[in-house]
Amino acid sequence: MTRISDAALEHLRDVAEWPELTGNRYEITGALGQGGMGTVFLARDRELEREVALKVLRAAASTPDTALRLRREARILAQLEHPGIVPVHDVGRLPDGRVYYVMKLVRGVRLDQYARAAVLTDLLRLFLRICETIGFAHAQGVVHRDLKPGNIMVGAFGEVLVMDWGIAKVGDRAVESDRADGNAADKSDKSGKADETDIADNADTAPGTVLGTPGFMSPEQERGDVEQIDARSDVYSLGAVLRLLVTGSEGQLARLEAPLRPLRAIWRKAMAPIPGDRYPSAQALAEDVARYLDAQPVGAYEEPLLEKGRRIVAKYQTPILLVLAYLAMRILFLVTRGM
Amino acid sequence: MSHDPASTDQPHGFPLTRDSVLVELRSEDREKRERAWESLAAAYWRPVYCHIRLRWNASREDAQDLTQDFFLRALGGNFFEGYEPGRARFRTFLRTCLDRFLSNEQRNAGREKRGGGIIFLPIDVGEIEADLLANGDPESDPDQTFHREWIRSLFILAVDALRAECATAGKEVQFSIFERADLLPVAGVERPSYRDLAEEFKLPVTQVTNYLAFARREFRRLALERLASLCGSEEEYQAEARELFGIASP
Repeated sequence: MTRISDAALEHLRDVAEWPELTGNRYEITGALGQGGMGTVFLARDRELEREVALKVLRAAASTPDTALRLRREARILAQLEHPGIVPVHDVGRLPDGRVYYVMKLVRGVRLDQYARAAVLTDLLRLFLRICETIGFAHAQGVVHRDLKPGNIMVGAFGEVLVMDWGIAKVGDRAVESDRADGNAADKSDKSGKADETDIADNADTAPGTVLGTPGFMSPEQERGDVEQIDARSDVYSLGAVLRLLVTGSEGQLARLEAPLRPLRAIWRKAMAPIPGDRYPSAQALAEDVARYLDAQPVGAYEEPLLEKGRRIVAKYQTPILLVLAYLAMRILFLVTRGM
Repeated sequence: MSHDPASTDQPHGFPLTRDSVLVELRSEDREKRERAWESLAAAYWRPVYCHIRLRWNASREDAQDLTQDFFLRALGGNFFEGYEPGRARFRTFLRTCLDRFLSNEQRNAGREKRGGGIIFLPIDVGEIEADLLANGDPESDPDQTFHREWIRSLFILAVDALRAECATAGKEVQFSIFERADLLPVAGVERPSYRDLAEEFKLPVTQVTNYLAFARREFRRLALERLASLCGSEEEYQAEARELFGIASP
């Protein structure tokens, strides 16, 4: 009689849903995680003998619309070449028709997990790199639209990677679509249908469509006001990420010490309900955070005189102490000589 | 992309046709009823036995007798008449029936054994006992244990069917690769890679990939077929399949 151990039982349940990679160079070795639309698998590239991550649409979520979205995500990633964005190596279709793409395997932890054990200044420096990555995407005309700690990975060497560009909006200055020249990243698709996908075709951005994550998405995203969504929507989400990094969790604002008030002002400005009241760009937001790190006055916060004094003292602590020590010595010398 | 010629064209969906064991259990035709009973017993005797052993703390011999008595009652009477698809999953209903049956049996402690010590279910208690010793936890949630053993039972049926199909079609190598890669994993031990399997079976890696894909696809189809026959409604089937493999109707 057949016997199936507990380990084999779980393995069979897993592999039954593993994508069939017959006819290509990848070999699934395990599952890494599952999202609403796709599952990310750990795979081995037999040709190059390296481990990669393979994202494939879940069978249950596989529709022409999601297939288009995944393919579009792959193309956006492929064209946003930046150290903060995971490079895509390949895209294709499984024998059962599901779309997949292969990307660099990121070894690290999610930002929210990383934040639990990190100190604030490190987190703020990390935040600057996130802003830089998003600023780069904005410069290419791409709005992420789903920025949250769960979509940001921190690598073993502190490198930051912004993930999950599945619902990104591509604007007027969109990165070049390869539709025209047929130079699609999809080399394994023989159907030719791949080329019908245009990354600038925001098919899921019809008015009223709500895409994003509550708590991190901007008011215009919550309203489904697609026309208003632009780089400032990501600035809002970055503000929410900053708030989470500083407070540890939402709803702890009362615990903030006075020196953190400028930071609170920064994320409040970033999260202003009206886009026009926010920082105009991720870069402007980053610059204000950088000023805070350098103990300089930040643009979002009107500093009371006392706080200003404290900040200056904190910033120039050593020279002030040296001057004070010199003065004390001088007075002592004068007093001693007078006696 | 290459496909195994014998592979099904059904990528990841549900079986298109199925005979419901639950419908046939109520058939006027005795032969049909008995066939349905056999299918039901084949899928459920293992979780039933484990449930009696762990949840009701019965001895090995008592558990064996009670398992047979339970299925005999199901065959002879109107045990599952009260089942209404849509109100509960069949496996939940069956376990409720089982607990009710066991309560009655406990009350009538001096009962006469219906089975009379004759074993007519294909119960290999020795192997189950070994598994229970290794994995069974009396403190574990009875629902979870029953569910896990039911899945194991379903998978064993699917694997046996796959083995038989492969033997008939001359695809023993495909089954052996599947067995080596997917049926023998032990907790904490790394599974063989495709390359390991290719060396072991003296095949190109691509061939191993194809064979394994074929076997997994067939295994899933056979498991879903058996699952479908044991569900009372399409909704129940879809919910069970989703829970089993995390998949849903395409």
